[in-house]
Amino acid sequence: MATLDRKVVRDLWALRGQALAIAAVIMSGVATFVMCRTTLESLRATRDAFYREQRFAHVFCALERAPLAEVERLRAIPGVVEVEARVHAALDLEVEGFDEPIAGEVRSLPDAGGPRLDVPYVLRGRPPDPTRRDEALVGDAFAGAHGLEPGDALTVVLEGRRQRLRIAGVAIGPDTVFQLGPGTLFPDFARYAVLWMPRGAVEAAAGKQGAFDFAALRLAPDADEPEVIARADAVLDRWGGFGAHGRADQLSHRYLSEELKQLAAMARIFPAIFLGVAAFLLHVVTARLVATQRDQIATLKAFGYRDREVAAHYLKLVLLVVALGVALGVALGGWMGRGMISMYQDYYRFPRLVWVLDPGVVAASAAISALAASLGTLLAIRRAAALAPAEAMRPEAPARFAPTWLERAGLGRLLSPVGRMTLRNLARRPWKTTLSVAGTAMAGAVVIVGTFSWDGIRHVIDHQFGLAQRDDVSVGFVGPVSDRARHELGGLPGVRRVEVHRTVAVRLRSTSRTYRTALVGLEPGPADVAAAGEGGPAAAPGGRLRRLLDAEGRPRTLPAEGVLLTDWLARHLDVRPGDRVTVEVLEGRRRVRALEVAGEVSEYLGAQAYLRLDALGRLLGEGPAISGAWLAVDDGLVPGVWRALDRRPRVAGVSSARVVLRSFQETMVKQMLTFVLFNTLLASTIAFGVVYNDARLALSERGRELASLRVLGLTRAEVSAVLLGEQAVIVLLALPASWALGWGLCASLVQVWQLDIFRMPLVLSARTFAFASAVVVAAAVVSALVVRRRVDQLDLIAVLKTRE
Amino acid sequence: MPAAPPEEPAAPDASAAGAVLRAEGLTKVYRLGEVEVHALRGVDLTLAPGELVVLLGASGSGKSTLLNILGGLDRPSGGRWWFLGAELTAADDDALTEYRRAHVGFVFQFYNLIPSLTARENVAIVCEVARDPMDPADALALVGLADRLDHFPAQLSGGEQQRVAIARAVAKRPTVLLCDEPTGALDSATGVRVLEVLERVNRELGATTALITHNADIARMADRVVRLSDGRVAEVRTNATPVHAAALRW
Repeated sequence: MATLDRKVVRDLWALRGQALAIAAVIMSGVATFVMCRTTLESLRATRDAFYREQRFAHVFCALERAPLAEVERLRAIPGVVEVEARVHAALDLEVEGFDEPIAGEVRSLPDAGGPRLDVPYVLRGRPPDPTRRDEALVGDAFAGAHGLEPGDALTVVLEGRRQRLRIAGVAIGPDTVFQLGPGTLFPDFARYAVLWMPRGAVEAAAGKQGAFDFAALRLAPDADEPEVIARADAVLDRWGGFGAHGRADQLSHRYLSEELKQLAAMARIFPAIFLGVAAFLLHVVTARLVATQRDQIATLKAFGYRDREVAAHYLKLVLLVVALGVALGVALGGWMGRGMISMYQDYYRFPRLVWVLDPGVVAASAAISALAASLGTLLAIRRAAALAPAEAMRPEAPARFAPTWLERAGLGRLLSPVGRMTLRNLARRPWKTTLSVAGTAMAGAVVIVGTFSWDGIRHVIDHQFGLAQRDDVSVGFVGPVSDRARHELGGLPGVRRVEVHRTVAVRLRSTSRTYRTALVGLEPGPADVAAAGEGGPAAAPGGRLRRLLDAEGRPRTLPAEGVLLTDWLARHLDVRPGDRVTVEVLEGRRRVRALEVAGEVSEYLGAQAYLRLDALGRLLGEGPAISGAWLAVDDGLVPGVWRALDRRPRVAGVSSARVVLRSFQETMVKQMLTFVLFNTLLASTIAFGVVYNDARLALSERGRELASLRVLGLTRAEVSAVLLGEQAVIVLLALPASWALGWGLCASLVQVWQLDIFRMPLVLSARTFAFASAVVVAAAVVSALVVRRRVDQLDLIAVLKTRE
Repeated sequence: MPAAPPEEPAAPDASAAGAVLRAEGLTKVYRLGEVEVHALRGVDLTLAPGELVVLLGASGSGKSTLLNILGGLDRPSGGRWWFLGAELTAADDDALTEYRRAHVGFVFQFYNLIPSLTARENVAIVCEVARDPMDPADALALVGLADRLDHFPAQLSGGEQQRVAIARAVAKRPTVLLCDEPTGALDSATGVRVLEVLERVNRELGATTALITHNADIARMADRVVRLSDGRVAEVRTNATPVHAAALRW
């Protein structure tokens, strides 16, 4: 081993505290990068493999009912390779020991040859025997929530008929990776089930012998999907087709791809911020570290070492630290990625995971870190080497000090000599002070970025569940029912208030874009009728349990004519109030009408269109009909209302806001907050590494000066105050800067977090700022204690004996 | 770089014929903070092969600046200088690095040892880039530190550290050995031991040695004494009978 290399090893050991802090910064940057990319790539690979192996269909057609002979006409559409006709039926389930109602859907499996499209993957057990009518495959999410295993019994109510089933197997379908009950926003595995049963059993129960109500189409690779959809609609129109759609509008796929989009956005911006900040700090820290070795560089040069030999020596030192940081970062990021994926797996159900750790990601993160560190090192070496060795070995010329403007302003008298020294030291090297402040501010900013989504989610919950959705129980009917149901609901014990709505599936079309969503007809509230100049409160039964809000969270009026669009949807369709959108109703008489956009509604979840219930009735050409209702129920009577509703045949689903909120928190929030927790930990590590290094470097740069002060008779506390006072001023300056920087980074982050299922608002609470500041201050205090200990150990004799 | 001042004869005098180092009219101006310092104001000097020259002078007389220029650590503001007849006045950084690497050994007042390397390694680090170096252990034996090879600088006394620095300077068998106040940070007994080592190295290796000091007693061991004052050579005196370092006291 060359002697210089031995010096590398020994220097590294001597600097181990700082080296570890730097490695921790790199580790955090790299880990974020690796975690995000690994999660994203693994989920993509898992999804693609699962879709391919289970033959996920490309086009999906739901309809009222068509004879099986029509399948041939679908198969004849150019581009269609395969068609599978199924019967889907809604059902209720009962599980022993679980009192709450459970909704579900059963899909038919072909009798002969097994399914060809959307093939359920049997995790445990076996597919049901096609000759039996009492066997079923059960979705693994539901089975998991109730601890059901093959061989267990299950009671279902299918089209009003109670039936005992035996669970033949537990399965996952490519079309049910994400499972959502009708009318709910979040998965609730305990209260929603997907089942597969032999065709004979389902068609008999649904009364659809020799018919189908759902068709899945597989397309050739070069097929024209919109054309196929148009032709499928033409075939199925007279059979009550609800409008064919591609994967993009298939519920499970859509949620999954939105999730991946969101993850991709986070995988782009979080690592960019973290790795960027880590790289900047690395650059600054290495530059200063090398600068403290100025006299050693000069000595090596005096003995004839060339600049590049000296540079190579310090690069080795720094790159070893980088290598350590990258290795730790890849290991940690990979581990956290696994954690993230297994959490995604909680509600995106895949039978197994394809684990991807892209070597390109590892190489890229190593290259970014190495480049940043090398630049810092080389810059410092160049500065040190640019000096003639004789000059580099001389003590630096006495720095030019001058009274700072604060002192000139007369504040100097208020400061002690130590205070004045602190101030002058900071002012003398403004660039270094700026870098220190910037580094500390960035450290605080990444903590804010890592943490702020707590605020966003809290705001969404307040907005959505506190201000907009204020019902206790929400009920959805199977198809539209007469609005007399309102009185029936109002008669249930404990129900204080009923507001009804009618929701239909539509395709909205502007000049440039289309979007498939729900058009919701709402009852007007008092403010709405007042604004429209209509009659008294009797004409205003709505507007209390479900309110439409503006961006500030204030209720906004529902106009007598025209539609209100979710703000995201208005942007997506590129329409403004006054513009017109084409509404294609995807059920009933399938009318197409142009409606005026009356305004926007601020919503963070989903994207829908709203209009008045009576206006929707005119649009549909139907009389007063409703498809659901929101109820205000007395405390403690909710379970009773729930059970009473669930027994009614026309009720498709019942949900309670509290349960929805709980499932929201259990699924989305849990997954997102794990991500946040990881980010917070990594950001805090970065903050700590930076502040610690800054203090240690300040000490090594100033060690002699401080020891001289001790020699002159200053106490340890006074000497510490000089150094720590500077650090304190830097931290104080950095805190407000970190708030501004953090806010800016968050603003750029929410820009990419605008998806149709969920949008993150830019909301930052004082708590978040306080937390980030506390992390920085804690790091500063611990660093100060370490530095203080070192100051206490300053070797006074050595100072007396050596130069300066 | 300006040529030699006109009043100075360009042709070398007889004594400069086989000179190891020769300087003509060297000047050096540098800034220290806001102050402009005229460190050298026109110095002529010649060092002959194998001789031991002591540069005497008060603080700020310019002796360190002169040594740094002749050692290739710094560049003059004016004047010219030669090593073994080759002019290095306008040499670039690479050429000066080569010069130091191959021919010059330095001993500094504050030793400038690498704290993270042992005595042997501090010497080895120079041997590794030299053309025909001694074994580091031999160099340390030469300065009487054969039993301290694996000690770190922090484990050595000041005199021992300075002897390691001398071993480091001589291990490459330099043509010139430049010592800047080698005893400046040492007590007199230790200083004498260090001077004895330098004397021995000068005699045994034949390296031309220039030794800076402000201690006039040390001048008694020199072949020649050059006194600098205010950036100029004030006096050059040849010692007919130099005394051994061991006989020095101060």
